[in-house]
Amino acid sequence: MDALAHQFDDLDQQHEAASLGMWVFLATEIMFFGALFLGYAIYRGMYPAAFAAASHHLDIVLGTTNTALLLCSSLTMALAVHATQLGTRKAATIFLILTILLGSAFLGIKGVEYFHKYEERLIPGSNFYFEGADGRHTQIFFSFYFVMTGMHALHMIIGVGLLSIMILMTSRGRFSPDHYSPVEMSGLYWHFVDIVWVFLFPLLYLVDRSGGFK
Amino acid sequence: MLYREHYLNVSYGVKSWLLTRDHKRIALLYLMSITLFFFLGGAFAVLIRLELLTPVGDLVQAETYNRLFTMHGVVMVFFFLIPSIPAVLGNFLVPLMIGARDLAFPRLNLLSWYIYTLGGIFTLAAVVMGGVDTGWTFYTPYSSTYANSHVIATAVGIFITGFSSILTGLNFIVTIHTMRAPGLTWFRLPLFVWSNYATAIIMVLGTPVIAITILLVGVERLFGVGIFDPALGGDPLLFQHLFWFYSHPAVYIMILPGMGVISELVTCFSRKRIFGYEFVAFASVAIAVLGFLVWGHHMFVSGQSPYAGMVFSLLSFMVAIPSAVKVFNWTATMYKGYVSYDAPMLYAMGFIGLFTLGGLTGLFLASMAVDVHVHDTYFIVAHFHYIMVGGMVMAYLGGIHFWWPKITGRLYPEGWARFAALVVFIGFNLTFFPQFILGYLGMPRRYHAYPEEFQVLNVMSTAGASILAVGYLIPMVYLIWSLRYGKVAGENPWQAKGLEWQTSSPPPTENFYQTPVVTEEAYGYRSGSAGRMAA
Repeated sequence: MDALAHQFDDLDQQHEAASLGMWVFLATEIMFFGALFLGYAIYRGMYPAAFAAASHHLDIVLGTTNTALLLCSSLTMALAVHATQLGTRKAATIFLILTILLGSAFLGIKGVEYFHKYEERLIPGSNFYFEGADGRHTQIFFSFYFVMTGMHALHMIIGVGLLSIMILMTSRGRFSPDHYSPVEMSGLYWHFVDIVWVFLFPLLYLVDRSGGFK
Repeated sequence: MLYREHYLNVSYGVKSWLLTRDHKRIALLYLMSITLFFFLGGAFAVLIRLELLTPVGDLVQAETYNRLFTMHGVVMVFFFLIPSIPAVLGNFLVPLMIGARDLAFPRLNLLSWYIYTLGGIFTLAAVVMGGVDTGWTFYTPYSSTYANSHVIATAVGIFITGFSSILTGLNFIVTIHTMRAPGLTWFRLPLFVWSNYATAIIMVLGTPVIAITILLVGVERLFGVGIFDPALGGDPLLFQHLFWFYSHPAVYIMILPGMGVISELVTCFSRKRIFGYEFVAFASVAIAVLGFLVWGHHMFVSGQSPYAGMVFSLLSFMVAIPSAVKVFNWTATMYKGYVSYDAPMLYAMGFIGLFTLGGLTGLFLASMAVDVHVHDTYFIVAHFHYIMVGGMVMAYLGGIHFWWPKITGRLYPEGWARFAALVVFIGFNLTFFPQFILGYLGMPRRYHAYPEEFQVLNVMSTAGASILAVGYLIPMVYLIWSLRYGKVAGENPWQAKGLEWQTSSPPPTENFYQTPVVTEEAYGYRSGSAGRMAA
């Protein structure tokens, strides 16, 4: 049985190690994104008007659609883990494929949004143009927008790659109700990336959108 | 001699090394890489000290000098000090000390070495192209906008290398949590394992912050997508906060594993249990935690709020407590012990003295009023070299000597080793003690020329550096010599406690012929017996 690596005594120990390793990795990821969130918070405190004005240039319909897609993908991911635990290979494969499709749709829409920003000259740099008094400071908002969503998209792409490997391994019958850690760990990663977006969406798209306090 | 299979002779050939998943072989890969970087960084230091021999800038121009001290700092910090003890000794010893067959994730371990090497290649490329001149601190907006040197290549190198330390840290945490031998409870762990655990916490939580910060500098420089640019309303101070949020804890990444080594050496060569095991163990964790809260003491004169400065000052003083606990406990361990002065112990005693001096001068720097006077002078250069070189490099060399018989199966020549330890100690003090005085008198760091009245002390410092260089070269020679001609060590030449000494030297690939069972506390040396038998 090659499911057990030589350095472990049994599958339980291996599963515990994999699980702890993934959580430690996610702690690393939290610190990685955390620095960006900190920077965002500081500048939003410094330039609230510019951030509100810039945020209104984001496409709220596409952003909301993407949020819905990602939340659904987390559901299918959870179902895929569940199916793997039960040993139903076919269901697991279908849910993994669905997760990848939802994730890819998210990335596609994100690409469309990026292209719109390019057309509207909202990509920071020499070509950047923003009408109004807050022009300079809005560039900082868009720098955060691109770095944060870009880093998030990169994590999504890695996630899609990871899930593709899981589909391959599932089809080769590598998993069983005793041994399913890789799928479970990929699921943890996917949910983490999803949660990052749950924070990014309101911070970037919903600044000053309540309308009632104008 | 009877043939016995161990991790070195189990297979031969480049491929068996480059694709190995054995933590012991990976440790040796790291040993070779970081030794290379150590001597590269050392070469920059030689040029710096030669330039400072005379008051006028005659050997190199100011701009070249800027690149020299920057490359010295970058190479030594990111490519030698940070990986030194964890990636070499930690990698080799943590599984052995806890009675495991390997780290939890051997493939990630190998990957971490490749990542380190890739980062190293980028940095070397930057050196070859002409280097970088921002200082190892990469302060914005100079690094992001104005610097006219190879910031990007160096930044990419550091960014990549960061992930190797994250993977090492992650591997240690998981291994120590899940793979201890039967009976090996947390409070029976060797203190070396505790200190590497504390180090791993910093690696895992601190390194990603420097990664994203460096990335932000990079995209700002490349694409103008920036958040630190004052022209856009960005705040360069934010960079300093983010940078030091990692880079101060990184100081503890560099010193904590060294402290772990010292705990092993002091107990073995005093033939005594460590004094106050729990205090030393928790002091490591306390240093790791407090270390995250003191970064602002690098920014007392940067325009940070004085109230923030006061808090950072207070917290910085608090780090002195666990550090002092360790020093007192090592000293108390030696008290009434059967102290023998083998080379590793000489390094350990050097560490205790030099670390204490480095630590106490750190308190000067943590006081806001004094810091205004000595900030950016040679005082601070001397201070951190007492910790990094007087502390960490001493501990590293002590550890390499102590575990050399385990790693290679051979003994190093003791007489030469004691001599080299002494040369290092004398050379080190002659190099860096004058710098305390220079700094106190007001000589600023990072200049290639200086007023004539500082020359005597600078000549002393350069003379010391030459002695120090000799002190580092001697072990290089006799350690390599010992690989072939050294006496065969046997499994436990020091009569030391600890699981790593219970297996053969060099250990088999699987570390132990059968999983050890631990029945007693660490450092069970019987006090009152001069344990070591005459060779």
